[in-house]
Amino acid sequence: MNVAVLQFPGSNCDQDAFHLFASGLRVPTRYLWHKETALGAPDLVVVPGGFSYGDYLRCGAIARFSPVMAAVKEFAGAGGLVLGICNGFQILCEAGLLPGALIRNTSLEYRCQTCELKVEASTATFNPAAIGAAVRLPIGHGEGNYRIDEAGRARLEANRQVLLRYVDNPNGSLAAIAGVRSEQGNVFGMMPHPDRAFERFHPSQDGLAVARSVLATRFPELLRQAG
Amino acid sequence: MKINVFVTPKKNVLDPQGAAVGHALDSLGFKDLQGIRVGKLIELDVAGSDTPEFRARLDQVCRDLLSNPVIEDFRYEIGPK
Repeated sequence: MNVAVLQFPGSNCDQDAFHLFASGLRVPTRYLWHKETALGAPDLVVVPGGFSYGDYLRCGAIARFSPVMAAVKEFAGAGGLVLGICNGFQILCEAGLLPGALIRNTSLEYRCQTCELKVEASTATFNPAAIGAAVRLPIGHGEGNYRIDEAGRARLEANRQVLLRYVDNPNGSLAAIAGVRSEQGNVFGMMPHPDRAFERFHPSQDGLAVARSVLATRFPELLRQAG
Repeated sequence: MKINVFVTPKKNVLDPQGAAVGHALDSLGFKDLQGIRVGKLIELDVAGSDTPEFRARLDQVCRDLLSNPVIEDFRYEIGPK
């Protein structure tokens, strides 16, 4: 089992994501620079948070065209597991690997706080039984306002693609959506940070269960081990 | 050629920035406002000529990079340098 954490110019949660998997879940984890064109057979690719390419043009718009993203698209197309956190979620939406888009928070404020989130019954491993009915995770973003057209929203709900919803919507997201997955169930994206919620000094340790559930998509035994 | 690409939020997509600027216009006493959208202008300076093939390529980069079709519309004006 091995996890690859992408690094773009302007990524700043790459080390948090690294430690979530390396120290939190004790999975072999490595970094992958955005110039790489081969992923090296990872079991999970993590697209971390930050401000890739200074958020120029639109958040995630430029990172999408990095050499490594062509490989990530191919990997995801073949059923590979991908997780985007915060700016990583924005990049995956821009790349068309996840539906919808993220626009400026309704308040126009950068929101940096710990949020309560309702866990949706989305997949065999990402659901309240595996994670808990609700989790507390930090957010830190100015553009986390999830948008999708009505037909797209209907598809999301019908296919149970919503992963997490804000209990107290901090950014104006449609239907309080905080995270979604692809229809096939192998690409995950969320604005909240599981990578800022696993150490004892973090506001919660709920990030571990969230990350474990994503990884368990390929390795269901992880959930049994966690008991 | 000088090309101005205008990117604006789609009509049915919430525009928090436009709403905020609208409130400020209101407090400036600009009371006739019926709608406001804030978008961006991208100026390109391009060699070559305005052909159907060129327009097809321009449409593509507008769709793929300069705008996000999920939330934005684009249009452009092509003029001499």
